Amino acid sequence: TDLTFKRNEAFSTTEAPNSYEDVTGYNNFYEFGTGKSDPAANSGRFKPTPWTVTISGEAETTGKFTLEDFLKPHALEERVYRLRCVEAWSMVIPWVGVPLGDVLKRFKPTSKAKYVAFKTVMRPSEMPGQRYAVLDWPYVEGLRIDEAMNPLSLLAVGVYGKTLPNQNGAPLRLVTPWKYGFKGIKSIVEISFTEKEPPTSWNISASHEYGFYANVNPNVDHPRWSQARERRIGAGLFNARIPTQMFNGYEKEVAGLYRGMDLAKNY
Amino acid sequence: MPSATIVKRVIKPAIFVLCSLPLAWLALRAFGVAGSLGANPVEEIQDTLGEWGLRLLVITLAVTPLRDWFNAPWLILLRRMLGVFAFAYVLLHFLTWLILDQGLYWPGILPDIAKRPFITIGFAALLLLIPLAVTSTNAMMRRLGKRWKSLHRLIYIIVPLGVWHYWWQVKADIREPLIYAAIVAVLLGWRFWKAKRRRSVTPAHAGVPSDPPDGLPPARE
Repeated sequence: TDLTFKRNEAFSTTEAPNSYEDVTGYNNFYEFGTGKSDPAANSGRFKPTPWTVTISGEAETTGKFTLEDFLKPHALEERVYRLRCVEAWSMVIPWVGVPLGDVLKRFKPTSKAKYVAFKTVMRPSEMPGQRYAVLDWPYVEGLRIDEAMNPLSLLAVGVYGKTLPNQNGAPLRLVTPWKYGFKGIKSIVEISFTEKEPPTSWNISASHEYGFYANVNPNVDHPRWSQARERRIGAGLFNARIPTQMFNGYEKEVAGLYRGMDLAKNY
Repeated sequence: MPSATIVKRVIKPAIFVLCSLPLAWLALRAFGVAGSLGANPVEEIQDTLGEWGLRLLVITLAVTPLRDWFNAPWLILLRRMLGVFAFAYVLLHFLTWLILDQGLYWPGILPDIAKRPFITIGFAALLLLIPLAVTSTNAMMRRLGKRWKSLHRLIYIIVPLGVWHYWWQVKADIREPLIYAAIVAVLLGWRFWKAKRRRSVTPAHAGVPSDPPDGLPPARE
């Protein structure tokens, strides 16, 4: 369905967005298979409505909320973000969503809330990829609370002005554009405020390859892919890679979060 | 057994066409004649070529065991073509990476070969394949004589390297590389078992000519 929203120009890149076809036809969502076209091909049976989100942990308000109640106080906005996959390809995507920080504040996290943990729904009957232990299901992700409160962090409910298609993480997903794409956990059913750093799926799978922070950083190589350059999807057959920017080009907004940290160690 | 004429006039051309199909299919999609290469055409080309390179390497390695299991000596006549096609796909896979993926950007390419184990392994496999491709002609076979067979045993190293290269570039879903590894383990394990049995032949049987190992078809064919 079409969504009502306002474009947030200040938070949008002027680069040309990828086609709707590329954004919805080429992505990773291992719950629907490990190939890039698997999510689009295998997500037809998934039912994103009705949906509830559970809020738990170190906050004054916790409980189970319908998605409608969860989102009601917030106005939707469109933000055109760069997305950089750890596999060294990238896209430009017009997301529609609400600022994550605004949503989290409503639940009044306590002083013990140092991190925010996210969990994807577990539905092997609708998500065929979950029938194989490729990852330790359900998918979990996490942010430090100050990362979550950063104005760039977005809870997306739509793309290209329409409700999120199943393959892109319907009905609710995280978008943190300065981090590698796998941080953008999809089909979120639980958000939890925690005192300790929560486990994250790819870190559990291969800790030397995927760290908790997963910030886009051209100077810190992944053991399998050089992160210095990236392939922009849609650039065609004969366009070379483009240089990857520090924090995916969002250095001004997020560099302060990591001041004094050794980013080669905290990858 | 099919006659030599049938092998030469029918089976070999058919195998040639079959081996060319994946490449033709890529070309048709690249030019938009039949479908497309999807959102990431470079990756699609690279993966398809690499996959078929590995498949054909495994098929080449399977020729000798299949010949023995099914008592089909004529299969050996197809092995060179399969091997040369395997090399062609592996070479094109490499060139796709070099030209289309990396855009001949040497400051990216050289560290990748040196530092990224799965690329190092794949590159080593390609280098080892080159002498086999170069010595695949009849003239080279004659010139090298016995040494030809020893040289071409490099394939026992190359194919596992190819599987390893595939395994290590997979992020988490190792089911497919596992299938390749299992098939290669059977094909190489069978050879090992056969060689061991041949060595332990009792003196009473020692005079019986055993099957030659891999390489040239035995003279009686």
